[in-house]
Amino acid sequence: MEKIVLLGDEAVALAAVQAGLTAAYSYPGTPASEIMEFLIRHSEGGRKYTAKWCVNEKVACEEALGVSFAGKRAMVSFKHVGLNVAADPFINSAITGANGGLVVVVADDPGMHSSQDEQDSRYYADFARILCLEPTNHQEAYVMTREAFDLSEKFRIPVMIRLVTRLAHSRSSVQTAESRQQNQGLEYGTWQDWTLLPGNARRRFKILLDRQKELLDYSENTPYNQLVLNPAGGRLGVVVSGIAFNYFKEVVAGLPAEPSCLKVSTYPFPVNKLRQLIDRVDEILVIEEGYPFIERFIRGVTGIPGKTIRGKLDGSLPASGELTPDLVARALGLPERTGLKLGDFKLAGRPPQLCVGCPHADTYKALNEALKDFPRPVVFSDIGCYTLGALPPYNAIQTCVCMGASVSMAKGGSEAGIHPSVAVIGDSTFAHSGITPLLDAVFSNKVMTVIILDNGTVAMTGTQPSFGTGEPLDRLVAGLGLDQNHLRIIVPLPKNHQENVRVIKEELAYRGLSVIIARRECIQIVGEKKRS
Amino acid sequence: MKYDIILAGVGGQGILSIAFVIDNAALEEGLFFKQAEVHGMSQRGGAVQSHLRLADAHIYSDLIPLGQADMILSVEPLETLRYFEYLKPDGAVVSSSTPYTNISDYPVLEEVFREIKKAPVHVLIDSDKLAREAGSVRAQNMVMLGAASIFLPLKEDSLKKYIPVLFEKRGPQLVQTNLKAFDLGRQAARAGGR
Ligand SMILES: Cc1ncc(C[n+]2csc(CCOP(=O)(O)OP(=O)(O)O)c2C)c(N)n1
Ligand code: SF4
Repeated sequence: MEKIVLLGDEAVALAAVQAGLTAAYSYPGTPASEIMEFLIRHSEGGRKYTAKWCVNEKVACEEALGVSFAGKRAMVSFKHVGLNVAADPFINSAITGANGGLVVVVADDPGMHSSQDEQDSRYYADFARILCLEPTNHQEAYVMTREAFDLSEKFRIPVMIRLVTRLAHSRSSVQTAESRQQNQGLEYGTWQDWTLLPGNARRRFKILLDRQKELLDYSENTPYNQLVLNPAGGRLGVVVSGIAFNYFKEVVAGLPAEPSCLKVSTYPFPVNKLRQLIDRVDEILVIEEGYPFIERFIRGVTGIPGKTIRGKLDGSLPASGELTPDLVARALGLPERTGLKLGDFKLAGRPPQLCVGCPHADTYKALNEALKDFPRPVVFSDIGCYTLGALPPYNAIQTCVCMGASVSMAKGGSEAGIHPSVAVIGDSTFAHSGITPLLDAVFSNKVMTVIILDNGTVAMTGTQPSFGTGEPLDRLVAGLGLDQNHLRIIVPLPKNHQENVRVIKEELAYRGLSVIIARRECIQIVGEKKRS
Repeated sequence: MKYDIILAGVGGQGILSIAFVIDNAALEEGLFFKQAEVHGMSQRGGAVQSHLRLADAHIYSDLIPLGQADMILSVEPLETLRYFEYLKPDGAVVSSSTPYTNISDYPVLEEVFREIKKAPVHVLIDSDKLAREAGSVRAQNMVMLGAASIFLPLKEDSLKKYIPVLFEKRGPQLVQTNLKAFDLGRQAARAGGR
């Protein structure tokens, strides 16, 4: 079949379509967004499947679960921290089990290119006791995603695909295969399996535990977990997983002989293969992207008598950040190579910044001015383009933790005596996780000011559609029971500066809860609309 | 054959469009390629880079090791320097000389050029001027691709075939502008740049 150029994310998306996908759900987040973007673009080509952005990852995961219940194939995708939000349905879907194939794609971001942490999703798969597939390259991303649906139906569990930034956002060519039809005629799930009353849940959990042996058997025998023993390779053995395998292969030619190597691309961890490797070497170097998941597993509490285990725990590789071929070369004892050096020339940094003309900039200017006479105001913020307001010239916010935390933290802050306690949250983040804490604040009419930055889109991740925007957002906020006199709307433009400062000051002076909606479109979507 | 390129610029300058053309030209010529790119946060006026690798055999790593790039191709001079340590001792630098000064501590431009000229093979191109001449300042990326084309292990025709693919949705005028930008860049590099 044809060979086409795809991002790692797109290889996963296309594989799902060709595996007979009925529905896919997601919430934007780098580096996973391009999966859904591809599915939406592709569905415009007349293919009959559902591909939808959802209000948040938990909702996306549950919608996918409904599809699986119905006996159809479903996929849900998001960035690593999205799985924290979706953790409840995710973990419990391992207990209900899957009916139609259910594939959960999680894109980790080692090095935190655009994330607030670098958590490793393999722990979640282990926690849920399901299969986790970790492709090495684009072709594997395609083939393994297709297989993931089959495995999900065979073992009747959800299956995780773990991607990392460098695969998700790297482009290469992929050989595709024949498309499969969507599922036909599979019965719905049965209530005994899907209603997790304690009696059912205990029985289901036992089934999941009993299934572990089959999962391990699969993992021991799949060709994606590959042991290559090389007697000439000496006393060193290497265990590599996912994309780290590429770095190893890139640099290994520098060694006199290639060490014996266990490549791991599926979990549970193939223990027998590891034993075969251990028997032949004295020293094991574990190279994996993310946390030392495999390394800790191998090391256990006491290590392996007579063997040295090296990796992120002993400092052979850095404990945080992204791997590179150079770091792997160093861990293998190869000489360092570098190119030209800049001498004493001082390289200025170029951090990302708000676009010229960004509405958030005008809101921050007005907010800063309105707050300037208070001795200790705090602005709790959230995640989105507006987080760049932490940097000069704005220096406007003090926190950014996780989606929706601005509103809840402002309430906690207010209860601890902070005044003014201000929350600043984007429209998409508000819809994702800001509504419930605002309801909490309305209930106790807390003295705090919530500013919703309604720029009409999910700008940060590439202008995907937002759910809580425009007039429906106003009605939503009003509907939570907020005092209507303290729901204010401003238009953040330089010419409205004085007026906006006045409105914000009035609401800061109010001894109760206010919501100010700062509404102006992101200039990127204004530009997009003009072009199309 | 193996040819590794670091593409550099500032978010919004269109380095991914350069990559698109090279990727497809490579595929057309039966080469293997891998291209690691940056999306998300760093696109908002921040530094962006992409590792683009071409070879006639399977390529493992998506990232180029230090000291191994055959070329740094940059749409902005300061950004060229950011990746110097990736360049091979005999690698080529193809850099725009037009600064993008959205930061307050932008170094003295002449010092930036002086550093760039320390690379044994370098071509500095006035991409702003040539792009305007072609019909749009936004075509600086295609000017730089044209300049780089004199070194790339790809045929001029294969490259030029994919420029229209990028712009055809936005009208024939833009296609012509970008093809012209490519030609002007190529001529300028042939003439040794600035
Ligand atoms: C749980 C989780 N999901 C997704 C993301 C990725 N993400 C960061 S900000 C953001 C939304 C930004 O949209 P909005 O709040 O409207 O602000 P804007 O960028 O438009 O200013 C998303 C999806 C994340 N950090 N955490
Ligand atoms: S993309 Fe939109 S919201 Fe983000 S900085 Fe630019 S104008 Fe502002």
